[in-house]
Amino acid sequence: MKILVAVKRVIDYNVKIRVKPDNSDVDLTNVKMAMNPFCEIAVEEAVRLKERGVASEVVAVTVGPKAAQEQLRTALALGADRAIHINTSAETDEKVESLAVAKLLQKVVEEEQPQLVILGKQAIDTDNNQTGQMLAALTGLPQGTFASEVKVEGDKLQVTREIDGGLQTVALSLPAIVTTDLRLNEPRYAKLPDIMKAKKKPLATQTPAELGVEVASKVTLLKVESPAERQGGIKVGSVDELVEKLKNEAKVIS
Amino acid sequence: MDFSLSDDQKALQQAAADFTRAEFAENAARWDAESYFPVDVIKRAGEAGFLSIYIPEEHGGLGLSRLDAALIFEQLSQGCISTTAYLTIHNMASWMIAMWGSEALREQWLPRLISGELLASYCLTEPGSGSDAASLRTKAVRQGDEYVLSGSKMFISGAGETDVLVVMARTGGPDSGAGGISTFLVPADSAGIEYGKNEDKMGWKSQPTRLVSFDEVSVPAANRLGEEGEGFKLAMKGLDGGRLNIASCSLGAAQQALTLSRDYLMGRKQFGRELASFQALQFKLADMATELTAARWMVRQAAWRLDQGDPEATAHCAMAKRFATDVGFQVCNEALQLHGGYGYIKEYPLERLVRDTRVHQILEGTNEIMRVIVARRLLADGMIESLQ
Ligand SMILES: Cc1cc2nc3c(=O)[nH]c(=O)nc-3n(C[C@H](O)[C@H](O)[C@H](O)COP(=O)(O)OP(=O)(O)OC[C@H]3O[C@@H](n4cnc5c(N)ncnc54)[C@H](O)[C@@H]3O)c2cc1C
Repeated sequence: MKILVAVKRVIDYNVKIRVKPDNSDVDLTNVKMAMNPFCEIAVEEAVRLKERGVASEVVAVTVGPKAAQEQLRTALALGADRAIHINTSAETDEKVESLAVAKLLQKVVEEEQPQLVILGKQAIDTDNNQTGQMLAALTGLPQGTFASEVKVEGDKLQVTREIDGGLQTVALSLPAIVTTDLRLNEPRYAKLPDIMKAKKKPLATQTPAELGVEVASKVTLLKVESPAERQGGIKVGSVDELVEKLKNEAKVIS
Repeated sequence: MDFSLSDDQKALQQAAADFTRAEFAENAARWDAESYFPVDVIKRAGEAGFLSIYIPEEHGGLGLSRLDAALIFEQLSQGCISTTAYLTIHNMASWMIAMWGSEALREQWLPRLISGELLASYCLTEPGSGSDAASLRTKAVRQGDEYVLSGSKMFISGAGETDVLVVMARTGGPDSGAGGISTFLVPADSAGIEYGKNEDKMGWKSQPTRLVSFDEVSVPAANRLGEEGEGFKLAMKGLDGGRLNIASCSLGAAQQALTLSRDYLMGRKQFGRELASFQALQFKLADMATELTAARWMVRQAAWRLDQGDPEATAHCAMAKRFATDVGFQVCNEALQLHGGYGYIKEYPLERLVRDTRVHQILEGTNEIMRVIVARRLLADGMIESLQ
């Protein structure tokens, strides 16, 4: 079985986010970038399926600027067999929207014919949570989103999904699309010898134009603001005072 | 001249940062408080490749450069200085075995040293011989196919918990000086070896430091590294890289201290404004960053010289070690000051950074001895001219 894993280059989750002074966007100058944590989980799941002998090949794909090859190398070091880089130009890369990414991935799916596509449920930069679903719609493949457990049984896939208030288990027929939630697995870190070996694994590059996909954005970003700073709390003297404040100050109850 | 890191180097840095985040960062304070030597985590470091960074590939190591090693240790130490410092010593001792051990010796010991199944210590210092290392008195007397070692080694990092000792001992007469010393691989559990108490230290608490005494310890002659009389030279070759490694640990500590300071200055308010708005403190931060940057590039260029086989590499390693460990300590200490009282309590990591980096000015050659080494070269022909 061939698995396709999509990975995205995003701002490192440890980095303190700064907004540009003109509020036009998040400031990415000199900021450390890394693989989206949900994508790390996706790679880990694919590699585990390969280690268990369920999968025979893991192909990592990313849509992004030249620098995103760093994340593909990471995926290769973690155990992917080869990588595909869909190179978007530097000016537009931040603005490649979910739908364009899904369309590009659709082309890759058509070409590669994987039995399983694993994506992160969302990327921590834009938090859209829609690329996997869009890809499922475009390819007409069944989807199991927010996966906390994935089991392959013959040509069927059992996906346990994290939903509000509990878990839901769905059975999908392969090929299928899965998006990962936080509890699916705990990703490994790359080992130095594997990083060296990853250099020798194949990495192919394509452009959106070659795949015949238009990536120009249809959304205009108006403004980005930092969340309001947290104010210090106060101690209330009695339950009555609390109720009074919740009603009249916070206005959360009436 | 191009100062940028290659993609490979960035990948190595990232891997080291990921490893230290996952394995070291959250535990460092506890290991320090409990004086716990995290052998299990060090094994995982071995599995991840951090125990054989510059051992040549043909001997099973990663075959990376000293510059790569400096970048890696700088990252690792941002999670735990003391544990990273032990890793550097293990790397150094194992590298000596890889370079100068016989093929049989390498086969017997290296794979397990590389994987972290076995750990190594480097034994040069003695109670009566520190800076004047060439005056060491532990003796190794040849008897047939064996050497018999007697004497003691002081301040041995990892001792008591490690499996392999790389021991410098005198095979020549009492006055044979540096040329009468040989190096041996001694199994740590050999009959006749005794370990002292774990020294109660100021820092470096996540690794034990002990006295090791040798009472007629028999070692196969085949366990000698290099030739008889070459031992001091080998020990110093080990230390050229070792000093860069320790210096890199200071750089990582200073980087962490700088990051913490920036965040603290931007978050803490006094006199109704952020600390970061006081120019006196801004200047302090600017100086810390400037010194750290100077130290970092000094270490990297010295590492590059060692990789190039530059004849003055030893002096440059000594300069870099002196400068970077002084700067590392100062930056951590300044960072503590910037944190006020919070810098002094263990809830914040600053006091640990100060305690851990202090010893870098003392070991693998004190910073006074670094000056001795540099001055010796400066007074010899050509070194001053070659600096430009
Ligand atoms: C935590 C820790 C771990 C260590 N780990 C190891 C290890 O794993 N293996 C190992 O072999 N050793 C180890 N050491 C030993 C360390 O390398 C020595 O402590 C160091 O070399 C200094 O030797 P000394 O303590 O005998 O001081 P001394 O040599 O007695 O020096 C005392 C002072 O005099 C100064 N001084 C001496 N000679 C001169 C001179 N000619 N000119 C100017 N100043 C001079 C020194 O710089 C120092 O300030 C460790 C030490 C510590 C504290």
